Amino acid sequence: MEVCGGHTTSIHKFGIPSLLPDNIKLLSGPGCPVCVTSRYFIDDALECSRTENIILTTLGDLIRVPGTETSLYKEKSKGRDIRIVYSVLDALQIAKDNKDKKIVFPGIGFETTAPLSAAAILQAKETGLDNFYILSAHKIMPPVMKALITEGVKINGYICPGHVSVITGTEIYKSIVEDYKLGCVVSGFEALDILQSIYMLVNQIEKNQPALENQYTRAVKKKGNKKALAMMNRVFETSDDWWRGIGTIPGSGLSLKSEFKSFDARQIFNPVERTESEEEKGCICGKILKGFKTPADCPLFSHLCTPVNPVGACMVSGEGSCATWYKYKREAV
Amino acid sequence: MCLSIPAEIISITGDMAKVSVGGTMYNASIKLVEDINVGDFMLIHSGYGIAKIDEAEANSTLNLMQEIKKKMYQKDYSKELDN
Repeated sequence: MEVCGGHTTSIHKFGIPSLLPDNIKLLSGPGCPVCVTSRYFIDDALECSRTENIILTTLGDLIRVPGTETSLYKEKSKGRDIRIVYSVLDALQIAKDNKDKKIVFPGIGFETTAPLSAAAILQAKETGLDNFYILSAHKIMPPVMKALITEGVKINGYICPGHVSVITGTEIYKSIVEDYKLGCVVSGFEALDILQSIYMLVNQIEKNQPALENQYTRAVKKKGNKKALAMMNRVFETSDDWWRGIGTIPGSGLSLKSEFKSFDARQIFNPVERTESEEEKGCICGKILKGFKTPADCPLFSHLCTPVNPVGACMVSGEGSCATWYKYKREAV
Repeated sequence: MCLSIPAEIISITGDMAKVSVGGTMYNASIKLVEDINVGDFMLIHSGYGIAKIDEAEANSTLNLMQEIKKKMYQKDYSKELDN
């Protein structure tokens, strides 16, 4: 199982499943942050954008994701000041240029992206920028990887996320190998990187010796990026978090520490407490995210659910399983 | 979302670097990386450098990939294709 949306995209873009023998099957796990983020997070961002004197800045990934009723894209067309930025650095610049407005940046993503939000908050603090806020839904990978095994997903090894590991180092997967006897190979994103990682996992399985190995040695070090980790740990602390299709996983989210609460967007509007509702009728995103089903098993796939009219999150995000299947292999379904 | 791409450092001014991604120029923060110099390659993710690319390791992977490609081309697949 791969647990990175970038890997899912590469695997299907390069047609890797078609090169593999029948007894090797690749499953996509919960590796796309857009896909696992609650619809209520989008509702919170929308609520935020409706507050006075707000500029909501967002990465392009989130703009089309539907909340319970609408999306940032639709709200923007109604005249809300919602701007797509390339980086949180652009959001900081907008904050500097618009001192009379409050600038909110919805922070989603795993360990790759969380240090960037942390660096932005630290920079805002250093430079006395008091109109910049983060709406955090950052998450971390190891708890969900363990949760899936506990829930009984039938896999023989993990292709571990390359750019998460650039930050964290390889050691975060050690307990998966030791406690669950499941092989973990950190992989790069080129076709041959992925083939080599599969080869490494197959070798482990044949020898019955699950191990932690690093294929992506040109970028990933054992200890990771210490500077980025230090910033992330300075600003964030782990908390329980809700994953779409999976539920609440203890210690899997990142919340701002109390020292940085003044940068928390949740204090400038009133987030509504809600309990998470069921998925849209017929949508099996939850089961796909857990590796129990593939898009081919979904009755809505490519008929009622398409990238133009997505029903579930896995079709909304460009690197979601369903969108990737739709783009590269819908004829085969 | 965790997409990162390799970029070459062209110049450095304070915490920011001008980088080239196959000839396209970007500005990226180097706040999260240590020991980075002009001419180095680093992975950039959403405006920030997140890792210096290890040249020796990159070359050894490239060599390995070349070896795989050579082996693939040595094998005659035409018969398999006919079938």
